[in-house]
Amino acid sequence: MADGKHTARAARHHDHVHAAHSHDAHAAIESSEPLAEYRYLLEAIQELLVAKGVFNADDVRRQIELMDTRNAATGARLVARAWVDPAFKALLLKDSRAAASALGIDVADMPDVLVLENTPTRHHVVVCTLCSCYPKAILGMSPAWYKSAAYRARVVKDPRGVLKEFGTELADDVEIRVCDSTADLRYLVLPMRPAGAEGWSEERLANLVTRDSMIGVSPAASPAAS
Amino acid sequence: MIARFNPGDRVRVRADWPERGSARVHLRTPGYLRGRIGVVERMHGVFADPEKLAFGKPGFPKRTLYMVRFDQRDVWPPGAAPDGTLVADIFDHWLEPAAKERQNG
Repeated sequence: MADGKHTARAARHHDHVHAAHSHDAHAAIESSEPLAEYRYLLEAIQELLVAKGVFNADDVRRQIELMDTRNAATGARLVARAWVDPAFKALLLKDSRAAASALGIDVADMPDVLVLENTPTRHHVVVCTLCSCYPKAILGMSPAWYKSAAYRARVVKDPRGVLKEFGTELADDVEIRVCDSTADLRYLVLPMRPAGAEGWSEERLANLVTRDSMIGVSPAASPAAS
Repeated sequence: MIARFNPGDRVRVRADWPERGSARVHLRTPGYLRGRIGVVERMHGVFADPEKLAFGKPGFPKRTLYMVRFDQRDVWPPGAAPDGTLVADIFDHWLEPAAKERQNG
């Protein structure tokens, strides 16, 4: 059985190499080797579901297209508004769905998102130890490291060490609160507004709100650097 | 549904390991928190039971979901625990009331 799989994979890989061998074109993106078998499984299940009429190929394409339009800029808009508008911040912390709707963000199919506010005495960092739960509707697709076994296993038991590897060193008196997204809620960190950005417009502030600062592995970007 | 726990209540995550049995299971309670004592931080609401949803069932009875806060010293062995706190979302049927005394002295 193992040999058969290997042969099938090798044949497919061989096809790819030939198809990609134009010297003028961009290098084709190859699927990574360890994922190849899951990719076959995914494609087989997708074809079956389409054949059974559960959804059609256009539904799949539209969903992928929708996912590709989502990115951390949405989360950054929420954070920047919260930085300049205390009433909005209160709403965001209490009811993120209502806050997102108020900014015209489509949240119809979004799972519940709880926003966690970083303060001078408490820093939140988010992980999903069981899989890779992530607020995709407002941050887009999660980075590869977020899904890695190393991040998921280590950040719960050595958060200071992991944050240090991300270049983030917190004072000893700052409580680090690790948030394990284990069930039906997704978490978004509201980073602290950095000093040095006084009087900045909301749009300009949003540029300081990085994806990583909303996961909690770093603070918002420094105004001096942007 | 009446919530069994209120914010501030001390709770223990059940030290149960259904995945060690012969039946296939889907669990949302991390192994590293089983048997650990924390404090209910907030109630999130009532959700269809993911342990049943995973097998194509409707997810009844629905379960109350709590955010439970743990002192990291109550999660990891003495000497290996970081400082700080950890929160996780745990369904009602995985929680039991805990006594007042601290776990690790």
